[in-house]
Amino acid sequence: MTALLEVRDLCTAFPSGQGALRVVDGVSFDLARGEVLALVGESGSGKSMTALSALRLVPKPGRVVGGEVRLDGENLMDLSVTEMRRIRGGRVGMIFQEPMTCLNPVVRVGAQVVEAIRLHEPVSKAEARERARSLFAEVGIPDPEARLDAHPHELSGGLKQRVMIAMALSTRPEILIADEPTTALDVTVQAQILSLLRDLQRERNAAILLITHDLGIVNELADRVAVMYAGRLVEVAERAALLEDPRHPYTQGLLRSIPALSAPGEALPEIPGVVPSPDQWPRGCRFSTRCPRRFEPCAETFPAETTPAPGRRVWCHEVETTEGEDAR
Amino acid sequence: MGAYVLRRLAYGAGVVLGVLFLLFLLFFTVTAPEDIARKALGDKAPPEAVEIWLTNHGYDRPLWPWQDWDENLLFDHYRRMLTFDFGLSDADDSPIIDRIKAGMGPSLSLTVPLLVLGMLAAIPLSLLVAFFRETYIDRMGVFLCVLAMSVSTLLYIIGAQFLIGKVLRWYPISGFDANLLLLPRFLALPLLVGVISGIGGDVRFYRTVFLEESGRDFVRTARAKGAGEVRIMTHHVLRNALIPILTRVVLAIPFLFMGSLLLEAFFGIPGLGSMMFDAIQANDFSTMRTMVYVGSLLFIFGQVATDISYGLVDPRVRVE
Amino acid sequence: MMGLEPHIWSNVMTVLLVSGAIFVTRVVRGQRLWREAAQALWQRRRFALVVVAVYVLIGLADSVAWKGGVPEGAMGVLPNAPLSLLDRAFLDSREASYSAPFADVEFYGGAPLRNPGKHPFGTDILGRDVLYLALKGARVALLIGGLTSLIAIPLALLFGVGAGYFGGRFDDFVFFLISTLASMPSLLLLIALIMVMGRGTVSVCVALAVTGWVGFCRLSRAETLKLRELDYVQAARALGVSETRIIFRHILPNLAHLIVITFVLTFSGLVLSEAVLSWLGIGVDGSWGQMIDGARDELSREPIVWWNIGAAGTVLFVLILAVNAVGDAVRDVLDPRTLRGQQ
Repeated sequence: MTALLEVRDLCTAFPSGQGALRVVDGVSFDLARGEVLALVGESGSGKSMTALSALRLVPKPGRVVGGEVRLDGENLMDLSVTEMRRIRGGRVGMIFQEPMTCLNPVVRVGAQVVEAIRLHEPVSKAEARERARSLFAEVGIPDPEARLDAHPHELSGGLKQRVMIAMALSTRPEILIADEPTTALDVTVQAQILSLLRDLQRERNAAILLITHDLGIVNELADRVAVMYAGRLVEVAERAALLEDPRHPYTQGLLRSIPALSAPGEALPEIPGVVPSPDQWPRGCRFSTRCPRRFEPCAETFPAETTPAPGRRVWCHEVETTEGEDAR
Repeated sequence: MGAYVLRRLAYGAGVVLGVLFLLFLLFFTVTAPEDIARKALGDKAPPEAVEIWLTNHGYDRPLWPWQDWDENLLFDHYRRMLTFDFGLSDADDSPIIDRIKAGMGPSLSLTVPLLVLGMLAAIPLSLLVAFFRETYIDRMGVFLCVLAMSVSTLLYIIGAQFLIGKVLRWYPISGFDANLLLLPRFLALPLLVGVISGIGGDVRFYRTVFLEESGRDFVRTARAKGAGEVRIMTHHVLRNALIPILTRVVLAIPFLFMGSLLLEAFFGIPGLGSMMFDAIQANDFSTMRTMVYVGSLLFIFGQVATDISYGLVDPRVRVE
Repeated sequence: MMGLEPHIWSNVMTVLLVSGAIFVTRVVRGQRLWREAAQALWQRRRFALVVVAVYVLIGLADSVAWKGGVPEGAMGVLPNAPLSLLDRAFLDSREASYSAPFADVEFYGGAPLRNPGKHPFGTDILGRDVLYLALKGARVALLIGGLTSLIAIPLALLFGVGAGYFGGRFDDFVFFLISTLASMPSLLLLIALIMVMGRGTVSVCVALAVTGWVGFCRLSRAETLKLRELDYVQAARALGVSETRIIFRHILPNLAHLIVITFVLTFSGLVLSEAVLSWLGIGVDGSWGQMIDGARDELSREPIVWWNIGAAGTVLFVLILAVNAVGDAVRDVLDPRTLRGQQ
């Protein structure tokens, strides 16, 4: 069965003084129907840009320079602009990180949801408004009828994010892309939004591409996890497998540095060094400058994809060699 | 909202008082009244004539309150300006207020159409340029704007008068007729010149506003919803851009009354601008003083009106 | 001191200016930020920068003057008047009256010229070479822009930085002062100031400065407020460093890029304003605005005399366009975001 979304060798580049910098450099993954795939990485890893690239929303002067994004077999990169617009907000919805600025400040929130509906379905304003109201109730907005006529600044961050979710789900998309949906919210509100997303996902059996840097969220929501570093994937695995047995040194470092997992009083282990900026990426494995287990090939060539176990993909020379040794 | 309006009005009133003080300093202390009298009567005027002139124009009292609490020019200045008792022109002894009333009509007949036409011309152009941002259309547009802005208004006026008035003879070079049927002929050229000389700066301003709004996050959200570029421009960007645009328009309203000094003088339109031009030529201090005051009053009024209109237009402000 | 003749003043100021420019260049070359900004600017606006440089050179040529060395019988020149380099270049170019560009004879009447074919822009009503007059205007324009900014920028800094740094009553006072000044229509206030102070270059520059300093004052006040909260400034205050030192070592250098941007961007506005003032009769002698004003009626003559206004208008336009072009690029290059990225 082909996956709902197949991303193959996606490359997105930005022009710079040193030529084109590929902030997304050959990313490939699948998203199956009804599954939640978490795309994890630090800021600057290219995870948000990957999502934006899939929907062809890369901000100028960047652009997608290679690869395919197949939705149900159809390559989105080949579609005309009009066809793409039908996909955006229709079959694929997206919610963003900053609810404060992501809603039009001078338009009432109800009208913004109505707009989302009417861009894709030929319904009357009254009907769309009714749907918006029931969506508001569904996402847990109290007093939905009155809230329809509110302006964004009258709502708290959590409520605004619920509006964004309602807006994105109003057209019953098959995929929801959530770009750091809770990062800008208070901790208590974060938990509410997460559980809302989980409930909605189960009810509608929607696929979610969840972009985050927070492994706690990954633990709550994700079925599978893809870890990105400096524009490339380094490890993809099922959630439980990744959290218990990370193979890539970067993933291991990330997991070790979660406060909850270390004993109180212990120094928090951290990955030494900083993420290199795109103009300073090493020729080989991009993590090689900070990797505790690097050896000769690491700085020279980027590791090939290895599958040490079914459903697990890793890009690491060391894993490759140990696999090779195991195989022998 | 009510408290906000009151606060703004109170501060505005304070500024008016400050303006009057600056004007007093400027017109009464930097130049002594005797000098003004001599400029009006001629340097060779005998002292008695100067005395009489000073008495007639109310300049014969001491300047400061501590010199004479009941009869001093400072309090007198404040009292008269605040009650709109503007007195006589230093140049020809005509009541200033009459001339103001007479001049407002012609000034407005030029400035109001100018504002409207200017916006009608500039906004669609800047929407177009902003729509095609980063393409060669945008670059050309910006270049043309800078080019247009670099030409002095004087040259536009002289050029237009020469080309259209003399060479092509489409419209009269100057003149004015209050008759509503004949008026358009006389206003055509100044309006044309006014719009063309202003369009460079206007388009650049609106373009900046549109581009700023286009870059906001909610535009990205709209795109992710599947909205087309045209809808984004007209429904999302334009509506948010209206706030700074409205500010600009409301701020411009006071100046509508003042008239354009250059356009009126060049094209012979008997409005307030012309009046000021005459005052400069004739060293008419009292008229100049009055006009600066009136202008400031209108400007302050415009700023307060802008702040209040902000509250009406931008839903975020109302929360205050 | 005041008894010194004007041309001595001019020479002294020119020397000071040039040496000041050289000094600043050397200081700036040492700092990476400015060096890179200058390089970026050169890359983007080579042509416009060259044009501005040409105008500056012409202005300098007109600023250095001395007496004597005048050949006998030169028309229209007082024997003991100080003449600049520019004056001397055009020393014997005087005709009797109008002549068209490159003409051999006078425009009205056809009498033969003293220097046939040598006037690229013709001559004016007094027979002066129009190219010469146009070039002389360069110094006036640069003087207007430069002197006005020299008055306005320090004034704005004094009040703006003071208000932002010290806050309190001084800030309230400055804010009120700014509001009041900003509420007065600038053209009217400008005219009123000149009427009251009397005509002349210094008058005009002071008036332009008084009507123009408010914008930069607001800007520097806002920036100072931000800078004051920076960690290293707070640290310096905690360590007991004197306020003056903090202002001069920490605040002002960080305002330098704004000073440059403001100077370049307001320059063209000042020159254009002066043109309007000249047309009103209260401008500076020898400016292009005056040339345009004087030449206005010539267009209605039969046949028309166009070269006077054409020359003045063109040189004015070219300088303003070049400065505007440079100004936009300067603003982009010195954008705080770019600067911060390089830091």
